[in-house]
Amino acid sequence: MPPIASRHRPLILLAAVVGAQILLLAVQIKRERQVRLIRVWSVELISPFQRAFSWTFLGAEHGWGGYIGLRQAQRENEAMRAELDRLKVRNAELESKAKEADRLAALLTFRTAHPEAPMLAAAVIGGSPDAGSQVVYINRGSRDGLRRDMGVITPDGVVGKLLAVYPDTSQVLLLSDKESGVGALLADTRTQGPVKGNGEPLLSLDYISVDDKVAVGEAVLTSGQDRIFPKDLPVGTVVDAAPDRKSPFLKIRVKPAAHLDRLEEVLVLQTRQDMNLKKETETAAAPAASAAAGDAPTVPATVAKAPSSGH
Amino acid sequence: MQSADIYIGPEPHIEVHKYYGGVVPATVLVALLLQAFFPVHFHWASYIELPLLVTLYFALSKRNPSSGLLLGMVVGLLQDSLSRTPLGLYGVAKTLVGYFGSSIGARIDVEHPIFRFFLAAGFYWFHHAVFALTSQALLAQRNESYMNGSILIGSLVNATIAIGLFPLLDRFRKRS
Repeated sequence: MPPIASRHRPLILLAAVVGAQILLLAVQIKRERQVRLIRVWSVELISPFQRAFSWTFLGAEHGWGGYIGLRQAQRENEAMRAELDRLKVRNAELESKAKEADRLAALLTFRTAHPEAPMLAAAVIGGSPDAGSQVVYINRGSRDGLRRDMGVITPDGVVGKLLAVYPDTSQVLLLSDKESGVGALLADTRTQGPVKGNGEPLLSLDYISVDDKVAVGEAVLTSGQDRIFPKDLPVGTVVDAAPDRKSPFLKIRVKPAAHLDRLEEVLVLQTRQDMNLKKETETAAAPAASAAAGDAPTVPATVAKAPSSGH
Repeated sequence: MQSADIYIGPEPHIEVHKYYGGVVPATVLVALLLQAFFPVHFHWASYIELPLLVTLYFALSKRNPSSGLLLGMVVGLLQDSLSRTPLGLYGVAKTLVGYFGSSIGARIDVEHPIFRFFLAAGFYWFHHAVFALTSQALLAQRNESYMNGSILIGSLVNATIAIGLFPLLDRFRKRS
């Protein structure tokens, strides 16, 4: 049997000849825009493979690029998170320093405003391990000239007194301790009575007769009778006042002027000499108020209320 | 197992004609010259397709598809080269005429004038149809028609010419 190529030789020759002539035609013929037909055919023949190759290659490239990008984004994300954490810590440090600077500025302002009363600034370095006693420790002691029973204040008001003095540290009994007390008076009526601690955040003003008028929000100042604090330092404000069934006196609760629960810097009064608070009213109050926009600016303004009462 | 030889070629009872040397190229050349000459001087001569008739004649006579298609290709390409058509347009058409003419000539006796008339008319139409198809497919010429009055007249004219031309060309055959 002759091979297939021999049997169909004329047909194969015909296909070859016709195909060659069609290619010849395609080379000559120009379609739209003067593009030769052979070029159109070549492009149309090749372009599907090109598209398939391009699609495959670009798809793989895109996929790989996406994977690499994802990995890179993950690394960047981790680095940025670490940077964010570091910046948060740094920001907290700066905020803390800024607040500390504000507090120190307030202390300095207060101290500058009262040159007649020697004061020593001290930092609170610790608290009491006993939850029942309200004491803190400061970084000043007998080497700095401190003695027992010296008064401790902040620009906001009375804090307490020195309970024990060591060479380099001192123990401060806060006003809120059960054993603590300070001679005080009501700013408006000038009625005197001791302010005592209860071991709670609020203080109590004792021995005020039920006949006396006590307004909520009224300022409570030092009376100077205890020979520890000078006269007219802010102690607190009246929160509520009600008759006590068991006694002829009012039961008055006072909110401390000083923030006893978050003390950081304090001033130790090295003398019992009265402060010239009228002078402060005219001169020091305004700069002090503008110097620190936090807790401190309220001090001179609060202190200034006492002389204005006219007593 | 006994092998059997298979014969590839014309039917054994059909005679394969041969021609004297130079007859085929000379005939083709004359046909092309006349084809180029007549339509210029005689408007009615545009219906005549002498290269087609020459191709068909030698394809039918030689009865070899390979030589028939090659002759058709040569005649067609020469005709293309003398005309304004792209090279290959007539070439494809006449290649197919040469191939199918040889194939038909190898199977049936085409010496009878009536057969020759119908074959010439049919291949004229076939030639024109391939030409039109190629033009439409490659040149995007939609105005080419497969059958109209002009084509019909052309097929009749060429078939008539074939009845006179083919016996004339038979004279150049070698005597067997």
